[in-house]
Amino acid sequence: MLQELCYPFDADAIMQKRRRLLRQLKEQQGGVNLRIAVLGGSTTSDIVKMLELFLRNRGIVPEFYESEYAQYWEDAMFDNPELAAFHPELIFIHTSSRNIREFPQVRDSAELCEHKLHQTYTHFEQMWEHLNAVYGCPVIQNNFELPMTRLLGNREVGCPQGRIDFISRLNVMFYDYAASHNNFYIHDIQYLSACYGLDKWLDPTYWHLYKYALAVPAIPEFAYNLSNIICSLMGRNKKVLALDLDNTLWGGVIGDDGQAGIEIGQETSVGQAYAELQGYLKAHEDIGVLLTVCSKNDPENAISGLNHPDGILKPDDFTLIKANWEPKSQNLLDSANELNLLPESFVFVDDNPAERAIVQAQLPDTAVVAFSSVEDCILALDRSGYFEVTTLSADDAKRNAMYKENAQRQAAAQQFANYADFLKSLEMTAEIQDFDAISLPRITQLTNKSNQFNLTTKRYTQSEMEETAASSEYIRLCGRLKDKFGDNGIVSVVIGRKEGDTLHMELWLMSCRVLKRDMELAMLDELVRTAREQNISRIFGYYFPTPKNGMVKDLYESFGFTKVSEDADGNTVWELAVTDYVPKNQVIRIKEEAIL
Amino acid sequence: MNREQVMERLTEIFRDVFDDESIVLTVNTSAKDIEDWDSLEHINLIAAVEKAFRMRFTMKEVSGMKNVGEMADIVMARGKANR
Repeated sequence: MLQELCYPFDADAIMQKRRRLLRQLKEQQGGVNLRIAVLGGSTTSDIVKMLELFLRNRGIVPEFYESEYAQYWEDAMFDNPELAAFHPELIFIHTSSRNIREFPQVRDSAELCEHKLHQTYTHFEQMWEHLNAVYGCPVIQNNFELPMTRLLGNREVGCPQGRIDFISRLNVMFYDYAASHNNFYIHDIQYLSACYGLDKWLDPTYWHLYKYALAVPAIPEFAYNLSNIICSLMGRNKKVLALDLDNTLWGGVIGDDGQAGIEIGQETSVGQAYAELQGYLKAHEDIGVLLTVCSKNDPENAISGLNHPDGILKPDDFTLIKANWEPKSQNLLDSANELNLLPESFVFVDDNPAERAIVQAQLPDTAVVAFSSVEDCILALDRSGYFEVTTLSADDAKRNAMYKENAQRQAAAQQFANYADFLKSLEMTAEIQDFDAISLPRITQLTNKSNQFNLTTKRYTQSEMEETAASSEYIRLCGRLKDKFGDNGIVSVVIGRKEGDTLHMELWLMSCRVLKRDMELAMLDELVRTAREQNISRIFGYYFPTPKNGMVKDLYESFGFTKVSEDADGNTVWELAVTDYVPKNQVIRIKEEAIL
Repeated sequence: MNREQVMERLTEIFRDVFDDESIVLTVNTSAKDIEDWDSLEHINLIAAVEKAFRMRFTMKEVSGMKNVGEMADIVMARGKANR
């Protein structure tokens, strides 16, 4: 990651040095490709250029289709061979209040105002429906920013003739559509322009000179905010907060000041600011973010600080507590290993710039939040967008509990001399079945964010996954694993394409939270059983190496497949004869009927 | 700021925007002398110059400037050194 493109960034410097930054990003290792169609109601060229920088910095290599100036509606609605040939995987509609064709007039009747509102809304809704029917990919749509002027002054609201009233109601209609449609996301430029300063955002010279609907210097902020939605859709969100303690979660040093001496709670203004920060951090549990401690402290002191009666965060809120005197970069790495995650999934929060610099240097892919004082910390973290929420799956809210259950499993494992005995003691039950409609969002989410236990790293949009689920060309399995400590949810996805009497594995992945539980063997057993039923005689497995999936390099070999070929890049092909296969899973009970 | 200082700072900005260390500006340099200087890059250039000299060009100036010399004239009249 280029630090210059991480939040908070110097927008002017990024604009000025764009070409050099792009050159540097291109020299780095690639990433996943993504075809993005940008349909604009005003100029989009610099938006696209800035978006490319931020996406590449997060490992997404975009290719763009840009509509001709202000042709967003025509491009979407009419036959468009160029766009069709482009096969967009994502569509961004860049419209603004400049694109509202007919605002209400002061002398309009209330009925006419209502009519204009619905007409304006329908113009957009038709387009979204059409795009969904033709391209079926995710659509990101700007809402409308507030207008620059107020003819009716404060009466612009609460009066149907007011433009602000009109825009507000139109926005709510957009939100209702977003709430009731998958694959449709709002890019909230109303919020963004308010943060930036509406007067600066709407500086009219940029409209009159270049037909930009926002000030050119605001484009980096705009593109960054947009990139957060795209990163989230592509499974690039961060997953873990690694938090320092002294002078980060409370004022003072617990080892020196003792529990009674640290500042947290409602007694002092500084204590209040820390309590507010703790509350904001705790709320992250509800969106599936794991909280961990990364602190230079004796463990008993750390716990005593977290047990302060006025603190909001308690020891139980943390999946892991690393309080020792090792370098923080080492503790972060250890935390990553224990959670089976990569350091790039972590966001490090520490008041000490020296500690931040060390982590940044040792773990360049870990995000580091820069702030100078407790009262700035919430904003710095919030605007960074590392945990951008695009869909809330039921699993997100449960994730903390799941990881805590994992910690209990690890503790239980130490009581057994024999690992197989331990696995049996877990009383595991798996449900392995074809995809169903209820599971599809989770299947897609898991598919797009699994990097390590992932043989082909093939990504699917929601609609591609729906097509795969409906097609008779494939054998599909998704596996859910439960044990005596809890339900892990859907943890493994396997897709094979049938070709005569052979099956070609296009996808094989598993969540790392169930590593070493023999779930992969249960999946293989079920795959072979299903393949036999469908008269498949041979299964071909494929391994495509990436920087992250080294752990499954030899998976097919361990399954008893024979290597067929290997190319210069290390891509390997494997073959298994179905007839000779003997089931391998000994420890997981397979549930015949799915319970939904 | 004298003309020499302004031209020196403008050169730095041009080199940044076009990512080309070989650019040497004269008062007569115009869009036809720099390959990548199209209307899109012009926007970035203007924004960067405005930032560097803490000033704004009027709309008329942005569309009317013919070469770097004219840009420097405006900067010398209204710009402030930023460092």
